[in-house]
Amino acid sequence: MSDNKDTMIQVKDLHKSFGKNNVLNGISTDIKKGEVVVVIGPSGSGKSTFLRSLNLLEQPTSGSIIFDGDEITDPKTNIDLHRQKMGMVFQHFNLFPHKTIRENITLAPVTLKKMTKEEADKRADELLERVGLADKANAYPEQLSGGQKQRIAIVRSLAMDPEVMLFDEPTSALDPEMVGEVLDLMKQLAREGMTMVVVTHEMGFAREVGTRVVFIDEGKIKEQAEPEEFFSNPKDERLKEFLSKIL
Amino acid sequence: MADFSAKFYANFIKDDRWLGLVSGLKVTIIVTLEALLLGVIIGFIVAIIRSYHDKTNKLKILNAICKVYLTVIRGTPTMIQILIMYLVVFGSSSLDSIIIGGIAFGINSGAYVAEIVRSGIMSIPIGQTEAGRSLGLNYAQTMRLIIVPQAFKNVLPALVNEMIVLIKETAIIGYIGEQDLTKAAMIIQSRTFDAFMPLLAAAVIYLALVMLLTFFMNKLERRLRNSER
Repeated sequence: MSDNKDTMIQVKDLHKSFGKNNVLNGISTDIKKGEVVVVIGPSGSGKSTFLRSLNLLEQPTSGSIIFDGDEITDPKTNIDLHRQKMGMVFQHFNLFPHKTIRENITLAPVTLKKMTKEEADKRADELLERVGLADKANAYPEQLSGGQKQRIAIVRSLAMDPEVMLFDEPTSALDPEMVGEVLDLMKQLAREGMTMVVVTHEMGFAREVGTRVVFIDEGKIKEQAEPEEFFSNPKDERLKEFLSKIL
Repeated sequence: MADFSAKFYANFIKDDRWLGLVSGLKVTIIVTLEALLLGVIIGFIVAIIRSYHDKTNKLKILNAICKVYLTVIRGTPTMIQILIMYLVVFGSSSLDSIIIGGIAFGINSGAYVAEIVRSGIMSIPIGQTEAGRSLGLNYAQTMRLIIVPQAFKNVLPALVNEMIVLIKETAIIGYIGEQDLTKAAMIIQSRTFDAFMPLLAAAVIYLALVMLLTFFMNKLERRLRNSER
């Protein structure tokens, strides 16, 4: 089971504390190729910390993460190489304000010599075409709406041809009318078979495209199931309470 | 008016005294450029070491050295530093005092530039670093391509300020025997016994230098800002 070659990320007994504050208290889970794992939970539950641990933006206190068969929590592992294969999308977009949209997209592939400048430019234009923002190639992030920024952020990650995409509350900072355009793009990715881990409050998204929903509370996985089962028949008390508040 | 022309003639024209001001200006500019170059290099290195330490807790020894450097340089008069450099550190060397001056002012300016640049690096939201690193860029690439260009833009006014201070501060290089603009004015004064004319001339030239620098830096600043909208 855990040696299944379809397993992309294997998380074993992950702990993380900030000083005396224990945020993750032993999380273990496998993320398989093609899965869309939606992580939900109350604020402060550790769900973002869990996601950010997957590409070591947060260094776990103990436990291990194995990605593509390599233990990335081993200090000897070159994490930069693995991060090239793990795209990440942030709540606040984090586009580079001093670069044009095209430069935002081509910066990493060109710097890391995955593509030549010409190839990267071509790829950027294709990706921009795909999300309907081809006319913004030479604009600066400042000139875009929130929804457009987030779609660019997704495209910027895609330009590295990642094997998995991590989303950290990608729609939480958006005006309501812009949430749809971002979710649509994410749904498209999911349908194309992209492996995704998504921390979100969008239950509609979880239901529609999630292959598994994970409920994290107090730094532990309290419940996980397929969406249908998860929402119609929750077992954990905290989850029932949580769902009753947000649904 | 006749009095003015006579004084002007005595202070600047007679014996080609104005040439002294010109060569003094040359010295001032050379020392400033040396110090500027050295100061910016030292400043960026120290700032990056300090920010790297703050973020990762690594490079403890280098960070400690940087802190001692900042404390000592910012805590002692520039004048003393120049004299120590000239009389003690390079006391027995035959190095030209224009070079020694440049080194001393550069080391001095570096301390201020370091803190300016560090404040710029700290002003960039952590999300920028995270975005860079999550794409697979290493720390140095993230700094070079993402953080420092944005930080530089934010601290340009403060850096210009430091450059202005530096230009004027070089006036004390006369104490180690270099004939800069200020010294040249004093030499004229010692010949003509008129203080007003030569000092006024020196002041006007300093002012012009600073205004010229400010003009070009404002242009640069506007260009950098424009690229964002």
